[in-house]
Amino acid sequence: MAEKAAARAEADRLYAAFLAAGAMPVEADILQPAEVLLDLYGEDIRARAYVTQDPLRGEMMLRPDFTVPVVQMHMTHGAEPARYAYRGEVFRKQEHISERKSEYFQVGFEVFDRENPSAADAEVFALFADLLAPAGLRAATGDMAILMAAVRGLKTLDSRKAALLRHVWRPARFTRLLERFGGLVPQPESRQRLLEGTGILPAPLVGLRSEAEIAARIAVIRADAAAPPISAEEVGMIEDLLNLSGPSPEALTRLRALETGLPAIGPAVDRMETRLDALARRGIAVGALEFEASHGRTTLEYYDGFVFSFHAADPALPPVASGGRYDALTAVLGQGRSIPAVGGVIRPGLLADLLGAP
Amino acid sequence: MLKLGVPSKGRLMEQCFDWFATRGVRLARSGSDREYAGAVDGVEGVELVLLSAGEIPRELSAGRIHLGVTGSDLIRDKLADWSSQVAELAPMGFGHADLVIAVPAAWIDVSTLDDLDAVAAAFRQAHGQRLRIATKYHRLVRDFLTRHEIADYQLVDSQGATEGTVKNLTAEAIADITSSGETLRANHLKILDDGLVHQSQATLFAARAADWSGVAGRAYQALAARLGTAPRPV
Repeated sequence: MAEKAAARAEADRLYAAFLAAGAMPVEADILQPAEVLLDLYGEDIRARAYVTQDPLRGEMMLRPDFTVPVVQMHMTHGAEPARYAYRGEVFRKQEHISERKSEYFQVGFEVFDRENPSAADAEVFALFADLLAPAGLRAATGDMAILMAAVRGLKTLDSRKAALLRHVWRPARFTRLLERFGGLVPQPESRQRLLEGTGILPAPLVGLRSEAEIAARIAVIRADAAAPPISAEEVGMIEDLLNLSGPSPEALTRLRALETGLPAIGPAVDRMETRLDALARRGIAVGALEFEASHGRTTLEYYDGFVFSFHAADPALPPVASGGRYDALTAVLGQGRSIPAVGGVIRPGLLADLLGAP
Repeated sequence: MLKLGVPSKGRLMEQCFDWFATRGVRLARSGSDREYAGAVDGVEGVELVLLSAGEIPRELSAGRIHLGVTGSDLIRDKLADWSSQVAELAPMGFGHADLVIAVPAAWIDVSTLDDLDAVAAAFRQAHGQRLRIATKYHRLVRDFLTRHEIADYQLVDSQGATEGTVKNLTAEAIADITSSGETLRANHLKILDDGLVHQSQATLFAARAADWSGVAGRAYQALAARLGTAPRPV
């Protein structure tokens, strides 16, 4: 990793480029209230973010990213449409001994725009591709909206779709649920016992969770047991979708083929096509642009549409840049209001290393 | 000198002394019962350090003791990337305890981690907060739940009487050490079928950060011959 001064100089250069692209400069506090981040990312964030105690404000975190404070800032008093640029250090605990930094610069660019999401996606990606071009990185893209639309379109119980959507970012659990709902793995014995049981509680109920909540879940379980499994065809198509990868035009053709079985993905695939056109108009060689339908499926993420990342040749290095669309996050943080949003960050330290390397 | 850290109190200390004695190494407290220093007979160059079992991971991590006896649960919970900091020399066959996840026994709809995960989602919707799991083993439990991709829970700290937190409405579930399960039952809790986080026992660890040259290294060779542990400590 470059010396801090080199990283900062690179950060300044990128930041200036973002401002030149029409962004408004914004700042964020280093100390962020832990509660918001914990509610959003779950307990997993504790393993990654530094938590500290403020005598009056309670648990605080050294900012693990800028997205949350920037979205909050926009949702409270931003005008629309808006483009923001920011730069500064972020802090990520490393639980394993490695070369990975626990403190590094990020430079980011975010677009809040209701008018034309595909054009905004293309604008952000093209801006990043242009700035990163000298480093000769490999770009990867994906689209979480297609997978989410596929799940929403399954011909099955809403409770199953909700469970799958909740775990769409957790690949192993998603697959487990899909196999369970598809009848491919047997129910655990305990489930059978519950279905055959009397429903009488075997012990005094302690705690906040009420008897009504237990009864409500048993009703969901009974409805699930009575419903036919998700069809083998639909499970197969979701698996095909998860494994789909290739150059964007080929991926698009294959998605169009999947659409005959999963018509619900149609509008999302249309948006992907519109986006590819918008990218082409901005000079991106879409014919060679990699698309992976599973890209973006990692925990501590919140993307629900277009996703992208830029990688160095060395697979041990973290992505040099990453970003995507996060419309739902703005609703979560907007207290009833929401706005389509897309953005990304670059790690200037890594970029400086790569550009400086002989 | 090679510094050997062992628990300073109670049954764990006695069992530890017995374990070494069986292998021809006699550990004893020097002076009065209240003095936390000890003597080692049977091997040259070993110094006995009596410590709280909970502090032994930290001392090993810093390399201030060469060898230490403590629960495998404490090492995994207190040391990040524990295997890069200490080497596991010998499981000692006592101090058995299971770290488990337990929920109210009346939750007839919950038997597995999958159930817990589903209930956490519903609980959050109903109560507007994440399902609370009380524990003092934060790292072990969080790593376990992350590995199993459980969402919508939060860990709340409980340094004692953890089984009572559910009844006291400060948690919905717990993750705690149990040996017989008696306390769990008495507090109307049950263990999840797949809720075993870690099976702990007293274990002899070696510090990777300690200085193993000279006297300490030679003392280890002699000790290893008695104990039957690896010829090199780390």
